[in-house]
Amino acid sequence: MDEQSQRAPGWSWWYLLFVIQFVAVLWPPFYNSVEPSWVGIPFFYWYQLLWVIIGAVLTAIVYFATKD
Amino acid sequence: MAGVNWTALIVFILLFAFITWLGFAAAHWRRGDLDQLHEWGLGGRRFGTIITWFLVGGDLYTAYTFIAVPALAFGAGAIAFFAVPYTIVIYPILFLAFPRLWHVCHKHQYITAADFVRGRFGNRWLALAVTITGIVATMPYIALQLVGLQVVIGAMGVSGSGYTGDLPLVIAFVILAAFTYSSGLRAPASIAIVKDILIYITAFAAIIVVPIQLGGFGKIFSAIPPSKLLLATPPADSTGAYSIYATLALGSALALFLYPHSLTGILSASSGHAIRRNAAMLPGYSFMLGLLALVGFFAIAAGVGSLPEFAAGFKQFGNNFAVPALYLHSFPSWFVGIAFAAIGIGALVPAAIMSIAAANLYTRNIHREFINRNPTDREEAQMAKWVSLIVKFGALVFIVFVPSKYAIYMQLLGGILIVQTLPSVLLGVYTRWFNDWALLIGWAVGIAAGTWMFIAADLTPNFPLVIGGFTFPGYTALYTVVLNLIATIVLTPVFNALGGRQSDATIAADYLV
Repeated sequence: MDEQSQRAPGWSWWYLLFVIQFVAVLWPPFYNSVEPSWVGIPFFYWYQLLWVIIGAVLTAIVYFATKD
Repeated sequence: MAGVNWTALIVFILLFAFITWLGFAAAHWRRGDLDQLHEWGLGGRRFGTIITWFLVGGDLYTAYTFIAVPALAFGAGAIAFFAVPYTIVIYPILFLAFPRLWHVCHKHQYITAADFVRGRFGNRWLALAVTITGIVATMPYIALQLVGLQVVIGAMGVSGSGYTGDLPLVIAFVILAAFTYSSGLRAPASIAIVKDILIYITAFAAIIVVPIQLGGFGKIFSAIPPSKLLLATPPADSTGAYSIYATLALGSALALFLYPHSLTGILSASSGHAIRRNAAMLPGYSFMLGLLALVGFFAIAAGVGSLPEFAAGFKQFGNNFAVPALYLHSFPSWFVGIAFAAIGIGALVPAAIMSIAAANLYTRNIHREFINRNPTDREEAQMAKWVSLIVKFGALVFIVFVPSKYAIYMQLLGGILIVQTLPSVLLGVYTRWFNDWALLIGWAVGIAAGTWMFIAADLTPNFPLVIGGFTFPGYTALYTVVLNLIATIVLTPVFNALGGRQSDATIAADYLV
């Protein structure tokens, strides 16, 4: 077996980063508005698309932080 | 629909011929003994990060997604964008739970969720419940892929009277069935790469070209009626569209990875790390899905709904015709051929994976468990190949003879049903605390309540939950899985007191990532 198997299973505090994206996108009152719009795109749409990118960055951070 | 669009059709057929060849050639790729079920049905668990990315992406973002999400935006507006928070919240779930599930399945040679439940909770009836739920939820999903294929074939002007009109669909499905039978999961894995390249080209072309034609995003959004632009502000005594939006996103995310075909894609990965890397890389698809939802708005702004040449298409396919109409309106015929081939091939990849997943379930968890307990490897793989054919044939019959709206209803109900396996599968990865009989009764409560609420809400997936005069409209899947969990938690001590627990075939170390 490799050394990974000896590591303690389960929890890492880094996982709390995931909570941020759940709250940010699952609470529509945060973003259900037209303004501030960006290049003609209402806030509702660019905010959520932006969170796709932020979510990916957060997941990558957690991946590298918990890698070994 | 008058004329056949020959240029588009020829490009479409050429691309289809190419992936047909690829599907058969895939049998020789990373060669394995296809007379073993894990080779045929999981590609030998040898796919690295990149192939897994294509396979899981091809699996989750289906042709139907590319047709239906923009169609929902076209018809209903902002609510369709729930697909974006949905794809954002699936990746933490993938990241946290599924490497553990992969490890335990790898260790014990499990190939389905029901295999895992059988080993973890030692109850064949609970495993049977998981199996049947998986198959029932998957069948209409395969049928819906055919709807996507049907729409693009129709949009190229290929039509006929009566059942000859379905001939192109039948041909496409015979091809699909043949290469799945001969190559197993290797076929959709290799085709998924081609499909993704085509889909990306198609999506980005629309995102760049159409706004230029229409005069920019500002013009597009100003053409959207205000009622569609944002979620409706909830009335004083209800959480209104807000809770529908959030529960649809969360409930769909919880259901997604419980579908048999998602698990097939994940288990074919070569390591738990490949899955984690994918959780960080798959949002590439999410971004595209968000952009595609906007394509529904492009279709509104381009006014395709009122153009006379598309009237017949909208009449036949409803809002699902919005995307094909926009491509026909905005692009030259040769590019329409590429775009439609992307959607058509995008239907075949998930349909192949879904039929393999259903075949694995039947073979392992019904046939082997209840009919022939000691098949040889060869018999088991052969059985799965036959079942994959039967499953696809069933979906084809369904779509040819039954109006497609019933396939859509069944698929909506399927999401509500599949989420009821969450306590045994997803939570089972973390804890053995639940009693197996309590899980089974919790499952039954969730299935019964979910089906009743779906019917009571006039065959829609959102139920207006009323508590103390205040209404919380929301996705039935989420409400009923909570009910399921409560029943399971309450009944676990009761059943533990009544009698012994089944043994657990897995140990804590099996889950280590």
